[in-house]
Amino acid sequence: MNEWSSSKRGDLSRRRMLGVVGAGVVVSALPSRSGAATRPGAQARTAGEGLVGAPLPRIEGPLKVRGAAPYAAEFTFAGMVYAALAFSTIAKGRIISIDTGAAEAAPGFVHVMTHVNAPRMRPMMPWASSEKAAGNDAWPIMQDDRVRWNGQPIAVVLAETQEQADHAASLISATYEEEPATTSFAQAKANGTETAVLGGQPVHIEIGDAEAALAAAAVSVDATFHTPYQNHNAIEPHAVTVAWHGNELEVHDASQSVVHNAWSLAQILGIEEHQVHVTSPYVGGSFGGKFMGMHQVLAAASSRLSGRPVRLTLSRAGVYRLVGGRALTEQRLALGAGRDGRFVALIHTGTSTHTPDSPHPELAQFVSYSSYATGTLKIDLQWAHLDMVANAAMRAPGEAVGSFALESAVDEVAVALGMDPIELRIRNEPQADPLTGLPFSSRNIVEAWRAGAKRFGWERRNPTPRAVRQGDWLIGMGCGAGSHMYARESGGAARLTLTKHGTATIDIAAHDAGMGTATVLTQITADQLALRLDQVRLRAADSALPGVVPGIGSSQTTTAAATIIAAQRKAVAELLKLLRRDSPLAGLTADEVTPRDGGLAKTDDPARHESYSSILTRARRDELVVEATGGNPTESEQYSMYSYAAVFCEVRVNAVTGEIRVSRLLGSMDCGRVVNARTAAGQFRGGMVMAIGLALTEETLYDERTARIMNPSLSEYHVPVHADVPEIDVIWTGIPDPQAPLGARGIGELSMNGTAAAIANAVHNATGTRVRRLPITLDQLL
Amino acid sequence: MSAESSVIRVNGTAVAPPGDPRVSLLDFLRETLGLHGTKKGCDQGGCGACTLLVDGERILSCLALAVQYTGRDVVTVEALADGDRLHPVQQAFIDHDGFQCGYCTPGQICSAIGMAGELERGVPSHVTEDLSAKRAELTAEELRERMSGNLCRCGAHNGIVAAIAKAHQAGQLSDSGRAAR
Repeated sequence: MNEWSSSKRGDLSRRRMLGVVGAGVVVSALPSRSGAATRPGAQARTAGEGLVGAPLPRIEGPLKVRGAAPYAAEFTFAGMVYAALAFSTIAKGRIISIDTGAAEAAPGFVHVMTHVNAPRMRPMMPWASSEKAAGNDAWPIMQDDRVRWNGQPIAVVLAETQEQADHAASLISATYEEEPATTSFAQAKANGTETAVLGGQPVHIEIGDAEAALAAAAVSVDATFHTPYQNHNAIEPHAVTVAWHGNELEVHDASQSVVHNAWSLAQILGIEEHQVHVTSPYVGGSFGGKFMGMHQVLAAASSRLSGRPVRLTLSRAGVYRLVGGRALTEQRLALGAGRDGRFVALIHTGTSTHTPDSPHPELAQFVSYSSYATGTLKIDLQWAHLDMVANAAMRAPGEAVGSFALESAVDEVAVALGMDPIELRIRNEPQADPLTGLPFSSRNIVEAWRAGAKRFGWERRNPTPRAVRQGDWLIGMGCGAGSHMYARESGGAARLTLTKHGTATIDIAAHDAGMGTATVLTQITADQLALRLDQVRLRAADSALPGVVPGIGSSQTTTAAATIIAAQRKAVAELLKLLRRDSPLAGLTADEVTPRDGGLAKTDDPARHESYSSILTRARRDELVVEATGGNPTESEQYSMYSYAAVFCEVRVNAVTGEIRVSRLLGSMDCGRVVNARTAAGQFRGGMVMAIGLALTEETLYDERTARIMNPSLSEYHVPVHADVPEIDVIWTGIPDPQAPLGARGIGELSMNGTAAAIANAVHNATGTRVRRLPITLDQLL
Repeated sequence: MSAESSVIRVNGTAVAPPGDPRVSLLDFLRETLGLHGTKKGCDQGGCGACTLLVDGERILSCLALAVQYTGRDVVTVEALADGDRLHPVQQAFIDHDGFQCGYCTPGQICSAIGMAGELERGVPSHVTEDLSAKRAELTAEELRERMSGNLCRCGAHNGIVAAIAKAHQAGQLSDSGRAAR
């Protein structure tokens, strides 16, 4: 069982030692990694009540800054070998021959797996096709001679060292029979598109006659927006370390879906789910890119064939070849308004690239479902199929690029009307969900706009484009709105153990790839039980633990919160049954007591109190264990539930070179209650930084003749660096959502939305140029 | 060849170089010595996750062949703390939330320490105005420029910059760790 705390370090050190034996190096004198990392909770001896909301530091912080937190490629097995992959060099066709002879003769060679000798395996199942399915495609994995995309793995080479594996893999050569492939977006569209499908329904919505309303509108904009392929580029490449123990498979994965991955590996490999154990205690970033992939399967299969434990770390280029990203989109966004600024028509249609069986629609149009009261609405999404790696979900899929189009168009309408863009948005606030008619659970975007505008100094903005200049630099301000739909997974479950020492353990198969989940769930548990942080231990990110809680849709905290609350209620009911007759609480019901100061107290008479320790000790119990589920998210069926962002940006654009610098950025959020002010601010800033990349620098380039990705590296795919990131201000309304557990809605993806538009709108305000193609490169401004 | 020049000093301990000359210093630390604190993000010098200190200077260990580092002093993130006491920069990263996933963190921390030496030696950066200055000042712009070789994908940049600035102001940035003390 892996934990967030440091208590398993001894075990890890032992495994590391096994990895070192035989390397011919004196290791005993090396610095020990076991320098004690105190649980940071021990420093924060705040009482349990009131912990929710506190800006507590991350509980795993000391381990991470010491470099002592073990990631997937840092687990070691005795006898472990290293994997390297060979990739196809054509987009579509058949492998005629594959020559592995030179690789097999290379020093250190252990094993090679190709479609010729791979064990029979079932294909992966895509997300949502089953409760625990988590794939991006349903393609056979090394089961036939078919090549389906350029960069598909065609061989897995195992060798004693990584260097030997890399060299051997470089010696593999294949001949192909190429077939005509669809290798460009233009070609894919010309082939004919199909209407996208979401939840079994075609993505096509019409309310009223939006085209006619647009034509009749006093003011309108009708434009096409383009957004490119993008890759997640977590700094930790996908990695997996696996070992078979008989028919049992042990997997140390970099994953945001451990339970899904255990189930998926079992169904693919033809073994039972309980025979696969997946842990992922630390993940070096995920962003939607680290669910079930082909690499875990290739590692497990080649380990089985070779009889050796295997470490498979994708090279950086390998990440691009195997793991898809954000799909390319072309969007039509048409918005019509009356002279009074009231929207009368919204048309958001377009085409996204897609691959067969991909569960990820890249539904840019989703943002237009509920953002504004527009009277008429037309939505349509077409899929264009390219012969490329399956597209995946990348932080705020659909909405990140859709909000760029919608919020740019709103800005255009504001300019056309001569109206302040914030006032225009507020004027079009819907009273209920425009699409479903459901009441909003809690929508305070207007308050977020007002607070953000005041703090940012929006009143200093000159609405006339290209009017503010300092030397060679043109300066502009812009804003954009973002929203993200609330989600809570129905599979949430947790096990709560209370001990006679007055401590608690919460077991839940949730994930922390940097979001702060571990800290936040510890905080919630301590808060719910009125314990100190250092009295609560969290065990997570392990498929043997309860709960189906994938890191998806910004839902982990809401899912886990509901579960922890349910577990607390169950524990309180059980504790009351254990009371002795002379307990101060004797005779009280669950409705009459509240956790307080390490035990239970009568709600309206806190002097009547007995500690957990006392209750359990006097009942002669070592511990009390309860397991609970969070139940179905019925709140989402009764209410329209979203988190909201109002994003403000100032840019400086060089009038001579077209260089764009984001000089100021502010996010004003309305996301319900914030559980941890520090980690939440990190999430908000993180999304805004990634959106700087979306707006200005990021693009996965592919060769339109061969569909091969051309910039599969961090040197040629430009994520924002320190020099690109200004001080980012974040504030929030903090208004709890009455329908959400703890009053908290999701925050992980929210600030990806609206930020790119805020930047683009600021560029327009600075330069007078409206750029509708991302990234906004300097050539588009010259 | 003297005994001293035939071994690599890793965090103060002499170790024999690998037999395979292809082994990078990064892989040598991680796979042979079991020192996983230094991270592999790209293996091609593009991300900075593998930054560590050699004779006090920051280098990208994925672009360094281990066999070329005999006779040199290699300091990794594992040697920065003094037992239970974190290095001031490590503590500053916690205090200012200078990380999320933690994967770029050891590289950021080592890079910041190496940067301090460059400032003291007057090594200019792309944004340095006065190229003749004996000692470079660490303005916010200088800090961002000089740390731009260390990528962070979680977006913890503000916290990283704040942590480094704080440690620098306290005069604790140039402390190159236990091995040097």
